[in-house]
Amino acid sequence: MSTTELREPAAQPEGRPMRIAVIQRIVPETPESSTYWMTWRGNDGEGYAFEAGQFNMLYLFGVGEVAISISSNPMHPHHLGHTVRHVGRVTNAFRNLRPGDEIGVRGPFGKPWPLHEAEGGDLVIVAGGVGVCPVRPAVESAMRNRDRYRRLILLLGARTPDLLPYKDQLDEWVALMERLGVELHLTVDEAVGTWLYDIGVVTTLFPKARIEPARTTAFMCGPEVMLRFAGRGLRELGVPAERIYLSTERHMECGIGLCGHCQLGPYFVCTDGPVFRYDEIAPLLEVREL
Amino acid sequence: MWHIEREGLGRLIRLLADRGYRVIGPTVRDDAIVLEEIEGLEDLPAGVREVQGPGSYRLERSNDGRLFDWAHGPDAGKRFLFPPRERLTEIRRDREGMRVGPAPEEDDRPLALLGLRSCDLHAIAVQDRVFMGLDERYRRRRERAVLIGVNCAVPGGTCFCVSMGTGPRCTSGFDLALTELADGFALEVGSRVGQELRDALGARPASEDERAEVDAIATAAAERMGRTLDVSDMPTLLYRNREHPRWREVAERCLACTNCTMVCPTCFCHDVVDDVSLSGDVATRSREWASCFSAEYSWAAGVVVRESHAARYRQWLTHKFASWIDQFGVSGCVGCGRCITWCPVGIDVTEEIAAIRATDGAVEVRTA
Ligand code: SF4
Ligand code: FES
Repeated sequence: MSTTELREPAAQPEGRPMRIAVIQRIVPETPESSTYWMTWRGNDGEGYAFEAGQFNMLYLFGVGEVAISISSNPMHPHHLGHTVRHVGRVTNAFRNLRPGDEIGVRGPFGKPWPLHEAEGGDLVIVAGGVGVCPVRPAVESAMRNRDRYRRLILLLGARTPDLLPYKDQLDEWVALMERLGVELHLTVDEAVGTWLYDIGVVTTLFPKARIEPARTTAFMCGPEVMLRFAGRGLRELGVPAERIYLSTERHMECGIGLCGHCQLGPYFVCTDGPVFRYDEIAPLLEVREL
Repeated sequence: MWHIEREGLGRLIRLLADRGYRVIGPTVRDDAIVLEEIEGLEDLPAGVREVQGPGSYRLERSNDGRLFDWAHGPDAGKRFLFPPRERLTEIRRDREGMRVGPAPEEDDRPLALLGLRSCDLHAIAVQDRVFMGLDERYRRRRERAVLIGVNCAVPGGTCFCVSMGTGPRCTSGFDLALTELADGFALEVGSRVGQELRDALGARPASEDERAEVDAIATAAAERMGRTLDVSDMPTLLYRNREHPRWREVAERCLACTNCTMVCPTCFCHDVVDDVSLSGDVATRSREWASCFSAEYSWAAGVVVRESHAARYRQWLTHKFASWIDQFGVSGCVGCGRCITWCPVGIDVTEEIAAIRATDGAVEVRTA
């Protein structure tokens, strides 16, 4: 039988072998999310490498798989962090994990942040709430190669200070950023307690950050409303649509463009994304229930 | 072109079974023609006719003993090459930890699919584009399968393969293709395997008259299509009509029952689900057909993205006729009409697309 072959061959029934990792540490980030730090079991991590912005499919024995973006440093592919928001059946089962427990990992999947696009110019990263997690590897990569960028601007927001991940590292980060010449701006919609930073939605940070549109490449990650407003805001400042990138979220079951679940218009978010160029995806984000 | 007598088909079935094939063919079950494992000519639907229309499917009897004067029931090759439920992976857990391995194949005999129509052969070619490079199980089944097509003499009332360029005559993707004649079958060979089977059957070359008869049957069938569909301007027609009022209108009829996606021979969406053995130490991951008409299909991070039936119908139709072209280079529709026949309320894709085309650019005014 002659058969049509258009796609790259894959190794295993579910696409990419399932490697086993062992949970080392669990760090609560917000009331709804925790970061699970893990290392590979034995030599299961052989050949594993990832880029900032990619995700893994994490498997809990007998429960199922879930797509989670990698929120740790790509320089250390043998020490992985995934920040899991407990919102569904599988992610809620993560609450039962303890250090020493095993977890299945397939990946990495998806298109990474195009860090090279920003080289020589300014990199502006806009993230909201748990959207901070998927951009963290990009921030770390950019900081490591600080000299490749002119300005590094980080604009982070959340509804309340409580909902800002990595709170415990915030002051540490702020100090480190200052030393490295990263311009960090933080904001929350509603302040509680002793909040020392800004108040207002993340777009209110734009004027303060003195963004220079002609030199800017922007990465955005966060809830869909935030993406819509931040995208429009950057466009109004004059940042070209082809220099704005954003990371999207969809239900995923396979990670390889096979199960169909993650479709967004013509795209499979798992393979065509999750990072898209603004001009490719913005019109689709405007359509309700797409 | 070649010729075998009627009993030659019975010999073909037995020949394939003797060679270890799991021979799947049409047979009558629960008042429908379905595909099942068959053993001989007597299992085929002799003297059975179909009456198909939107939301209706009925069998009628005649005494002529003809085997293929019908179009197709709900089944297509998909049910065998991409089974509705299939075990993929087994994960064992003991004191040493988790061990991951492939789940064993339930029936490892190679498939011989007999009686596929031209639309069905095209549907397999469409699914090849989805699965071949990505799925070892599909690839293995597919590469070992023998496909035996049948040219349609009597298209169904919901068929529109002529509009989709996928029928009614088998032109590609088969090992053997049959045309039922008064005294047997005309035989066309489409592959080396088919050639070898023809030799084993001792087929004789077809006569001039027989060739002419095959052409005449195909021409007549093409003129008897139940439906037509204008697919010009795809994918953009549906992309630019994402806010068309017709989506809401069709949603008032659509029950989101998922039937259309289940009988569609190209729909490939699936879930992967876990089952744990009673002892608790073996988890099996299986894939199951899924449907974009169900709420959980678009469930993401705690919300159902496509809450309304309108959004689900738009997703289905737009994927099938438009985004499929962007994704795989061909339309996802082969014009078999199964979704029309098996829709409990008789929603007709040809009618829906024609309605959108007729009011191209209309935009729904929302009040909320
Ligand atoms: S078969 Fe008909 S009613 Fe059922 S989901 Fe499809 S279009 Fe809707
Ligand atoms: S997650 Fe399965 S197709 Fe994208």
